[in-house]
Amino acid sequence: MYGKGLRALSISTVAVMALALALVFFYAPLEAEQGFLQKIFYVHVPLAIVALCGFVAGGLFAIQHLRTRDPRWDMHSYVAIHMSLIFGVATLITGSIWAKGSWGHWWVWDEPTLVSFLIVFLLYATYQPLRFAIEDPERQARYASVFAVTAGAFVPLNFIAVRASTAYVHPRVLGATSNLPSQMALTFLVSLLGIALLFTTLCKYELTAKHTRAQLRALRRLADRRAGTAVAVAPARARSAAPSVHATAMTAHAPERPGI
Amino acid sequence: MRRTVGALLRKELLVELRTLESVPGMSLFAVTTFVVFHFALQRSSVDGDLAAGILWVTLLFAAILGINRLFVADADQGGFDGFLLAPVERTALLVAKALALLAYLVALEIVAVPAFALLLLGPSLGQAMPQLLGVLALGDLGIAAIGTLVAALAVRTRARDLLGPLLALPLLVPIVIGGARATSPLLTLGHAGDPPTRWLLTLGLYDLVFGLIAYALFDFLLED
Repeated sequence: MYGKGLRALSISTVAVMALALALVFFYAPLEAEQGFLQKIFYVHVPLAIVALCGFVAGGLFAIQHLRTRDPRWDMHSYVAIHMSLIFGVATLITGSIWAKGSWGHWWVWDEPTLVSFLIVFLLYATYQPLRFAIEDPERQARYASVFAVTAGAFVPLNFIAVRASTAYVHPRVLGATSNLPSQMALTFLVSLLGIALLFTTLCKYELTAKHTRAQLRALRRLADRRAGTAVAVAPARARSAAPSVHATAMTAHAPERPGI
Repeated sequence: MRRTVGALLRKELLVELRTLESVPGMSLFAVTTFVVFHFALQRSSVDGDLAAGILWVTLLFAAILGINRLFVADADQGGFDGFLLAPVERTALLVAKALALLAYLVALEIVAVPAFALLLLGPSLGQAMPQLLGVLALGDLGIAAIGTLVAALAVRTRARDLLGPLLALPLLVPIVIGGARATSPLLTLGHAGDPPTRWLLTLGLYDLVFGLIAYALFDFLLED
């Protein structure tokens, strides 16, 4: 179910990423002021955009989960936020490198996008500790969804607040695609597409892995029951922050589970 | 709904009056923090940006003490179960708790603001007082809405004392930004002017949005 189309998606991700890198290094012109350093823009900005979109998507999936009570939406929400956190780390690292290169400091407080991204990242960093601290899987999913919706709404609000608070010290030449030269804009858009595809592919892999693990667990339990083993199989639920969708909901025999 | 909120709020305030669990602790914490700031900054008086920052950081951390305790009694002593058994709207609990937290914050500020003026603040507060109260009220509304939601989210987890502040602080950053920016002209020597409308609007908008979010999501936290 989840594995469908995974191969095609992976291949197109690799192709677009390769194309993006080729464009970055051989097609896009050198920027007049920053020179070669500016090329990190084609990685950093798409990473940030995709991570933020992933956070918001996590919130939207969480709304779906709260409305339908289908644990699969919770899993989608978890995976989107989990992956966005990883992309967020990459964004902060590439941003720091760029800041060091162009302004001479690893961190600058007067760049509102940077600061608001850090605040959003710090908020989402509590998502997994929150899940981890709740034992009951159903309540864990529900509370995590409430968090994801709140935080998803916080993302744009926080950007407005922080942006308004900062006087623009640095010229925002690289802020919008509209005032980029067309060659740079094309390269940027291809990079954005590549990173977005990478995000989708990784999310799909994680979802497939989780789904397969749940199926395997269900089949094992079934096999144990068929074999009539006297050994009581303890429900070995890993104490993990990751959502473990109840296995029976995921087997081929019972693809849909009515509300909990 | 109004009667339920009234009854719940009365119960909250009565419990607080009898146990004195939150407000005295918050107030004492705020005053102690001012003393700590005096020694940490090695200054006998502050004004402007620095004063606004100290005031808001202190109020924020004191508020977090209250937020952490807001639902503890309900979670530990069966208050949630009792409430869920009653045939009333669940949102009433959110409204009552938020109002109770708002009352705690006002009580905290009645102690903390004069203490701040006395201990640390350089310029006198007299003239700027009404405007300062307005800014504080806007900040309190946001802290009450976010604080209640976060407290309900954190209270039934294993690490509630840790998670509450961790969840609340990033969500309250925009309030600190808006509050500190709006307050700093009021605390400048010779009064630099009125608080900028932009910041008051930001605070008001943030309060409104998070009030609605808390209203929409609170029911889901009370299902078992």
